[in-house]
Amino acid sequence: MPQTSSSRRSGRWRNDTRRTAFGETPWDKPRPTSFTLDSGVSLRLVLLGETPWDKPRPTSFTLDTGVSRVKYDQARWTDDSDDLYEPLLSEKASKTVDIEDSPLPDDLTRDSLSLPDPAEPELARHYTRLSQMNYGVESGPFPLGSCTMKYNPSFTEDVAARADAAIHPDRPDSTVQGTLALCHRLQDYLGRIGGMDAVTLQPPAGAAGEFTGIQIAKAYHDHNDDERSEVVIPDSAHGTNFATAAMAGYEVVELPSGDDGRVDIEALEAAVGDDTAALMLTNPNTLGLFERDIEHIADIVHDAGGLLYYDGANLNALLGRARPGDMGFDVMHYNVHKTFATPHGGGGPGAGPVGVREELAQFLPNPHVRERGGNYEHYEPDHSIGKIHGFYGNWPVLLKTFAYIARLGDEGLRDASAKAVLNANYLAEQIEYEVPFGPFHHEFVASAGEQDAADAAKRMLDYGVHPPTTKWPEIVDEALMTEPTEGETKRSLDQLAAAFNAVAGDSDAELADAPSRPAAKRIDQATAARNPRLSWQALDDT
Amino acid sequence: MSFDVPDDLRYLESHEWVRVAGDTAEIGITAFAQDELGDVVFVELPEEGAELTAGEDFGVVESIKAVSDVYAPVSGTVTAVNDRLRDEPELLNEDPFGDGWMLEVEVADESETADLLSPDAYRDQIE
Repeated sequence: MPQTSSSRRSGRWRNDTRRTAFGETPWDKPRPTSFTLDSGVSLRLVLLGETPWDKPRPTSFTLDTGVSRVKYDQARWTDDSDDLYEPLLSEKASKTVDIEDSPLPDDLTRDSLSLPDPAEPELARHYTRLSQMNYGVESGPFPLGSCTMKYNPSFTEDVAARADAAIHPDRPDSTVQGTLALCHRLQDYLGRIGGMDAVTLQPPAGAAGEFTGIQIAKAYHDHNDDERSEVVIPDSAHGTNFATAAMAGYEVVELPSGDDGRVDIEALEAAVGDDTAALMLTNPNTLGLFERDIEHIADIVHDAGGLLYYDGANLNALLGRARPGDMGFDVMHYNVHKTFATPHGGGGPGAGPVGVREELAQFLPNPHVRERGGNYEHYEPDHSIGKIHGFYGNWPVLLKTFAYIARLGDEGLRDASAKAVLNANYLAEQIEYEVPFGPFHHEFVASAGEQDAADAAKRMLDYGVHPPTTKWPEIVDEALMTEPTEGETKRSLDQLAAAFNAVAGDSDAELADAPSRPAAKRIDQATAARNPRLSWQALDDT
Repeated sequence: MSFDVPDDLRYLESHEWVRVAGDTAEIGITAFAQDELGDVVFVELPEEGAELTAGEDFGVVESIKAVSDVYAPVSGTVTAVNDRLRDEPELLNEDPFGDGWMLEVEVADESETADLLSPDAYRDQIE
């Protein structure tokens, strides 16, 4: 094994047979226990449960607080059965306050109320502790396939945090020309990236973008007095597609995948007809496979009078290389958190701009931004579907999108798609699980084989990484749907691969007990779902 | 693994069972179905007095793995609902043919039961 430059510089390993370099994965080979620096100082590496001070860390100790005796381990406590647990905020500090007179009816009010009452440092520690128990993309790789959990570079946050980015949404257009110019340019950028003629920035999330796009398709058919009742969706599509079509009042026609994991042309021809309002498709699809027959697929749908809807979830595989508009898509949404760099909405502020081709621009939501004689203004498109969100859409999110596109430029965006595809293919090469479908692009679906995919995923937590999406799409048995994203380095991909492979070699018993190392151990899902406890207060067991 | 398929019941391909006694029928899901679903965490059933149509969904079973519709083996009026399932959905896992029953129905058309699977036919389907 090659020595890294850092180990050459800083010292020599005491035990050559067990040496490994910093930054390499800790679980595929034993770590060195100690090494000596050139200065002669001997260091001992931290092993699980050991301290840097050369003796085992006490797992817990008992303190007499004067009020009660608590066993203490970091911020965790023990209960009567000696199980370590995370104390609730209410256990840390709470107080009871009396409720004064209330105008509400008596049966809706309480005489007193228990509220958390920690001192500020306690509160800060409580939330810091919770954040340490969590795992995010800033903790390590996060290869949730289809979700595209990308690291978001901090320069986008810096741009969005600028004071001059914060304007009152009600200010007259003439006083916010810079903001409107930026919106207009982002509409233009997104249009060029997707091959679309017009783009709305209004929808506040990807799913809202889908809903907007299908509403536009509906408005188009209504405008032509063309009554259509069905939306066709492949069985491997994102769940939001089915929900969108149903919410828009359409019947969902589910299209079975072909043997190669792609759209089955014969099944499509059979499913599409006079009732077809749209086909919703993502390309590359959920298996990461490019729909090679996309032009033929577009012809089939268009010949039947339907529209082709592009789910932008996988656009990061195509950036700067292929455009949905060129493939024949009529409407699309952009998941700016997946394709560019904004945080996931997670129910909070996201953005899901929608692009359409020329004929559909008249149906875009109100307001839209346009340029008139060198000035920018909001206006209502002629046959607008109306309000989807309002004002500027989720402006800070759009600003981060703009910052990312502007900083990367054509070359950077092309590089992003290349790395997304390269990283997925490199990772798939390194792991021992079978990947039944290919060639794939930015994501792949491995099969856990004889293992239960959910257990395998839980076991990956024990190896210090976030697991992939599991058990979906159903076309792959015990699916491990993996998307490393373009931001990961080779080293973190190797770390991920080692975790996959460690799990692949683990026994059923090890899987059945996993995870045992994270702050939250294996969760009893059935009990959690049957008796959910959604309170900050400790509840009595009844 | 072979699953219990009681001989006094009739079955649907979608894994519901029905126990017909005169013009009354008891409905539930099979042992095979509960095993496929895994731990059931929530059961949604119609109210007493609701009308069922054979072959159409009448309720929902949610497990930690999946949310599934349940289909009516026969048409009729609901005369009793197993309220215990509201707080003890695990009864579906523990005793699918007994305490895990879902509905009691007054059968509208007894001839419909002829279309249902016999125990042998259902056994063939799940083996």
